[in-house]
Amino acid sequence: MKTRFLFPCALALTLTGCVAPYDYTNFRAHPPRSLLVLAPLNESTDVRGTYGYLSGVTRPLAEMGFYVFPVAVVDQFMKENGMPTAGEMHQIPLNKISDVFGADAVLYLTVKQYGSKYQVITSTTTVAAEGKLTDVRTGVTLWEGKAIVQQSSSSGNALADLVVVVVDQAINSSTDQAHNLAPQVNAQMFMTKDHGLLDGPYLPKEKPQ
Amino acid sequence: METGTTVNTLKLPLILLAAAPLFAGCQSPNIYYWGNYEKVVYGIYAHPDKFLPEVQVQKMEEDMHKAVSAHKPLPPGFHAHLGYAYFQLGKLDLAHQEFENEKRQFPESAVFMDRLLGNLEKK
Repeated sequence: MKTRFLFPCALALTLTGCVAPYDYTNFRAHPPRSLLVLAPLNESTDVRGTYGYLSGVTRPLAEMGFYVFPVAVVDQFMKENGMPTAGEMHQIPLNKISDVFGADAVLYLTVKQYGSKYQVITSTTTVAAEGKLTDVRTGVTLWEGKAIVQQSSSSGNALADLVVVVVDQAINSSTDQAHNLAPQVNAQMFMTKDHGLLDGPYLPKEKPQ
Repeated sequence: METGTTVNTLKLPLILLAAAPLFAGCQSPNIYYWGNYEKVVYGIYAHPDKFLPEVQVQKMEEDMHKAVSAHKPLPPGFHAHLGYAYFQLGKLDLAHQEFENEKRQFPESAVFMDRLLGNLEKK
């Protein structure tokens, strides 16, 4: 029973859930093999948003069958070449990206929300992000998507909430709770049927068990 | 006791429903052995004092052994990242080897790996 009180109530909202499927005409015309993921623009108030989010992007994309350039190496390489911020990286001309990386497509990400808010007896952690995939050769947009995930510590039991919130606040001050939600945001954004990305070339036709 | 059971029965689907998004990312079986790679990428930025290149190398060398036992390939970018950590430590032969490994496993990386290999030649 105790563990259940502590079980966080996760609320996932699919913003794209009730609209028509994404139009994949451009994606099918220029199916990318390799994706260059740039450090995201961070519109949240938490500076940890940029890299707390970026570090959870590679895995879903790779498991969908794409080659994903090593995000930390790319980031470091750009910083050493005079582009210290995500804003500057997002301005690099596509022909330059083609020359330096040979990437098929670039994924431009923006962190819209990242972090925890405390109400009287609950805390809510939110991560929201948007993505745009651009074909490097033609500059056309192959795909756009967004996702938001919220997690609340509320259990509906006031006494348990009080315990949870005390524990949460003790942990929250030193840890980056929103980072733990990044995989869910990315699963939602990239893998949702009819709204996420189409499969990449390394996805086995017969899925391994 | 009976009331408790009723509550449990009512609550269980709600709890499962609430938990479903948590497992959304785990539904499909993994192609790759991920090990410490994501933790290392996060750690470089979140705890730069703890994730120095020698720590990255140690964790990723462990992953290479474990991936063999798990019979799974290492993920895209893994060998390039490890090569870069070797480069930062001045272990240029190992860096060279890992950039070549990345290229061999994923030919899509060739343009970038050749650029990094070119930088090694200048050292």
